[in-house]
Amino acid sequence: MSQKVTRRQFLNYSLMGVGSFMAAGMILPMGRMALDPLFQDDSEGSMITTSVTVDEITEEPMQVDFTFEQEDAWYTSEVTDFAWVYRDGNEIIAFSPVCKHLGCTVTWAADDNNPERFFCPCHNGLYEKNGENVPGTPPTGPLDQFEVGESDGFLTIGQVFPNELV
Amino acid sequence: MFNRIYDWIDDRMDITPIWRDVADHEVPEHVNPAYHFSAFVYCFGGLTFFIVLIQILSGMFLTMYYVPDIVNAWNSVYYLQHDVAAGLIVRGMHHWGASLVVVMMFLHTLRVFFTGAYKAPRELNWVVGVLLFATILGLAFTGYLLPWDMKALFATKVGLDIAGSVPFIGDWIQTLLAGDDTIIGAQTLTRFFAIHVFFLPAALFVLMAIHFIMIRRQGIAGPL
Repeated sequence: MSQKVTRRQFLNYSLMGVGSFMAAGMILPMGRMALDPLFQDDSEGSMITTSVTVDEITEEPMQVDFTFEQEDAWYTSEVTDFAWVYRDGNEIIAFSPVCKHLGCTVTWAADDNNPERFFCPCHNGLYEKNGENVPGTPPTGPLDQFEVGESDGFLTIGQVFPNELV
Repeated sequence: MFNRIYDWIDDRMDITPIWRDVADHEVPEHVNPAYHFSAFVYCFGGLTFFIVLIQILSGMFLTMYYVPDIVNAWNSVYYLQHDVAAGLIVRGMHHWGASLVVVMMFLHTLRVFFTGAYKAPRELNWVVGVLLFATILGLAFTGYLLPWDMKALFATKVGLDIAGSVPFIGDWIQTLLAGDDTIIGAQTLTRFFAIHVFFLPAALFVLMAIHFIMIRRQGIAGPL
């Protein structure tokens, strides 16, 4: 502290300090606004009731559509998505049809040579019935699952989570 | 650390003369409020520039959320104002800044007029200044429509009618501005948006550059 601050240094520091303060006052709100998507709460989705009764579900994967209201900033719309659903003993399994390679849509038994597998037409990706990706095909992981439930006998579908069967 | 990076670049590029030339110039005593407080009137030009900078920055960030479409414009403005953090502040900066630019620019014009700074050899800079005045007013007018609320719509109706009252070519100007000869709608909004964020800012940058180069070339006008 023994070192003396010259008049010139003092003026320099004060001016830079005040200048930085003013610049921050401008930049901070704008930066915060631009970064807002990072800080938006993840919307907690509720279970969506489908039009398929639990009794209808067999061991053969079937396509179950479900519709929900999607709030995309200022644009709210009805979005229809679907799941591949089948029964495995007492359990009901629902897979997301989104391929784990590059996000195309997989279909059950769409490839004649692989009648017991999910097939992705984009790059010939294959998955077993439990969602496990077939080695040697492009996908790098098993198909994601949907939370499932039952409401008045109808199948309900919830959030996506990583495959727990493989 | 910072100094060494600067020196490393300066050794190779010799950048010091560039910023010296821009930043290092004498401020005459008669325009320095530290000597004569009344000289603050000489700050209005710089303040106009400062607020224009804020307008450019806040406008850039607003376009991250705004859509120039009659269905969604109002909703996107509502969203960015109510649901985006700091959106209210950034829109506020652009809203109040817009009026402040016009005020500051007007005060700057008055100062130049009453100190006679427009006289030879600075007449051309006055001409460019008047063009800047028109550009800023154009920005204020076109920006007014963009929130697409009732005030915006009726202010634009009035503005377009004024444009339409120009002798002989008024109807053409009105149609060109509105994009349609009867409707103030979808095409008006996209036109005003394009003019507001691309055409007029481009003109503004060119004119400001000329304005500043001329004042550096000719220097600040002498005292009264």
